[in-house]
Amino acid sequence: MSNPAQTDRTPVEDADVCIVGAGPAGGIVAHRLAESGATVAVLEAGPRFDGDRQDQLEQHLRPGLDDPWDMGGPRDEFTSSGDSFYPLNAARVKGVGGSTLHWQGMVMRLHERDFELDSRHGVGADWPISYDDLRPFYAEAERELGVAGAMDNPYAPPREEPHPLPAFPPSHSDSIFAEACERLGIDMHSVPNARNSEPYDGRSPCVGYGTCKPVCPSGAKYTAESHIEKAESAGARVIDRARVRRLEHDSTGERVVAATYTTPDGETHRQTADQFVLGCGGVENVRLLLLSESGQYPDGLANSSGLVGRYFMDHLFAGMGGRLDRPTRQNHVGFNTSETHQFYDDAEPVNGLKLEFLNYAGPSPVIDALHADTWGDDLLAQLKANYGTHVAMGALVEQLPDEDNYVTIDPETTDDLGDPVPAVHWSIGDQTKAALERANEIQRTVLEELGADVEWAVGPDNTGPAFHHMGTTRMGDDPESSVVNAECRTHDLENLWIAGSSVFPTGGAMNPTLTIAALAVRLAQSVKQRVRN
Amino acid sequence: MRLTRRDAIAVLAGLGVVGGGAVAVDQFDPPTAESGEMGETGDSGGDGSVSTTVTATMTAAAEVVYPSQTEGVSDFVETYVVGRARDESRRDAMRDAALELDDIARDWYGDDFADLSADDRDSLLRELGVAAADPVADGNVSERIRFHVVNELLYAFYASPTGGRLVGIENPIGHAGGTASYQRATMSKDDVERVGHVERVERAGDSEDVDGSVTDE
Repeated sequence: MSNPAQTDRTPVEDADVCIVGAGPAGGIVAHRLAESGATVAVLEAGPRFDGDRQDQLEQHLRPGLDDPWDMGGPRDEFTSSGDSFYPLNAARVKGVGGSTLHWQGMVMRLHERDFELDSRHGVGADWPISYDDLRPFYAEAERELGVAGAMDNPYAPPREEPHPLPAFPPSHSDSIFAEACERLGIDMHSVPNARNSEPYDGRSPCVGYGTCKPVCPSGAKYTAESHIEKAESAGARVIDRARVRRLEHDSTGERVVAATYTTPDGETHRQTADQFVLGCGGVENVRLLLLSESGQYPDGLANSSGLVGRYFMDHLFAGMGGRLDRPTRQNHVGFNTSETHQFYDDAEPVNGLKLEFLNYAGPSPVIDALHADTWGDDLLAQLKANYGTHVAMGALVEQLPDEDNYVTIDPETTDDLGDPVPAVHWSIGDQTKAALERANEIQRTVLEELGADVEWAVGPDNTGPAFHHMGTTRMGDDPESSVVNAECRTHDLENLWIAGSSVFPTGGAMNPTLTIAALAVRLAQSVKQRVRN
Repeated sequence: MRLTRRDAIAVLAGLGVVGGGAVAVDQFDPPTAESGEMGETGDSGGDGSVSTTVTATMTAAAEVVYPSQTEGVSDFVETYVVGRARDESRRDAMRDAALELDDIARDWYGDDFADLSADDRDSLLRELGVAAADPVADGNVSERIRFHVVNELLYAFYASPTGGRLVGIENPIGHAGGTASYQRATMSKDDVERVGHVERVERAGDSEDVDGSVTDE
């Protein structure tokens, strides 16, 4: 990890652009703008994790060690309310690379219907852009992340070219599922992975550590560290452990003029710039805007609609698993190779729904051993009994936007700098629960067709979030019902932009990072134009 | 089923211990008292080496926590422990826990841990509460021995390809075993062979024709 004494954390002089957050959105924007000649400053609250990635691997595998990415503690305090507790610090990473440091790495395009859910089905909201508008940027994003995929998905939206890398071949476990799915008329297809199936962009191909989430020691899995590195090579300056606490605006209230941040030595600095881009996630983007309240903007910056923080969404997990009377060869790799989007566009339920065939069902012997209360031959017998015949399916289910799910700040609870912490208010409605039930129904049908003894299920009563923070600074054409416009620039301030999934008006049921990247590529193009002007 | 130094090196590589002595097997010979590298308590200098006392204690513990059919424990543990000792903080904590275990063995059973019978070593660890203890690097003595001795050894064993094969997975989590094995229906014949004759002898007593496959269990 970076040493606070080793880095100059003073502001960048004459910056054209200040980017808050060094995750995938911030990293891509920083790289593109620096490459175009702009003077770019990136302020990242967390550290650089530049030591051996194997340290994080061991921290993940061995009980008794700290969180691999140092989340939690006074810096990351939060509160949770609503019907469902939200485990925020399990759901994000602060550091250069952001949450891609711990992500799974699944990267699908949203479907066409996701951009027009209100028009098509009378629920949720329409995006101010269509799939066709984003389509070329999706292709660029796939090249940026290095997506391994195949054009074998009959339910995917139209695409113009193959993925940059070949898909990972299906697993033996997939072949077992294929027998049942063929009988049931369910189409399986490959999973687009932001993980190198062959060398790409200076990074290794996957070597099978099996620990993708939360750490890939080989570097085969994309993390935004690669874009930060490219941005720095192109001249951007990235300041880690720079906790941005407030954005200041000018006397007209039309432009942001500075981001104030505090460094580990306790010093507070002002980073001025011509353009400001927020890329610190669906929770911290909100917090920063609300902490930046002023006389002119008593409810927080860019919040004339009153919607900053509203419509917080996540994807919900549904899963089911059991055992067969045959080897299933699980836990060799930590990623999936097959899924089905066959039910994604169904109208009943209207919520998007995608199903995954897991390659990591059941326990891993090494992790089991480290938690066991015996050893020797007893342990070996226990491990043999526990490993080898598990199968499982997962699913992501769409949560429709609901104004009563929101992120705000909790003035009663402060972090170690004395700033109010983020407060997440989150509940899961009946419609989402019905979609979870539908996912479970399909999963049970498949598992029973396989002849599996079903041993567990995660559904409406015990579901949890997939850690995709969306919707809290929604995109739209109407300043009264949205926070940013179709360019992802705030309606209220002419030089303040928001990159990331907080701008999603709806979230579909696809892992959001490819869409985050596509929007970041698009946003960089718009900001570049402003900088030139 | 025979463990090798190569197995230990594979696990060490997964933990980022590469280069130098960690991969040069002939450099793993532990220092001796005669070489003058051992301190009063049996620990070593700052060159990443460890004492014979520590490796003997760790090996003696491994003989208990590893399955009884395991061969080659001494070479495997020595290689692993010396490789781990390249991390000074890890080396010191492991040394302290091993020496502590040795002290307790002398107090409770009247002999060095490594000189006790396997049954006594097993009993001592269980009486000390190590089996039920949470692994805590700086916890109480049971927790420290669980973390720095038992779990260190279990990790080395079950994250190694050979240890994994014994359970039916030739590419266990933590081992960079490539992307071919997840596609295969069974372990390769070579992998099955490496599990060793003991496994097949055990099954030969079964009425079924198991044909040497360890994944048919």
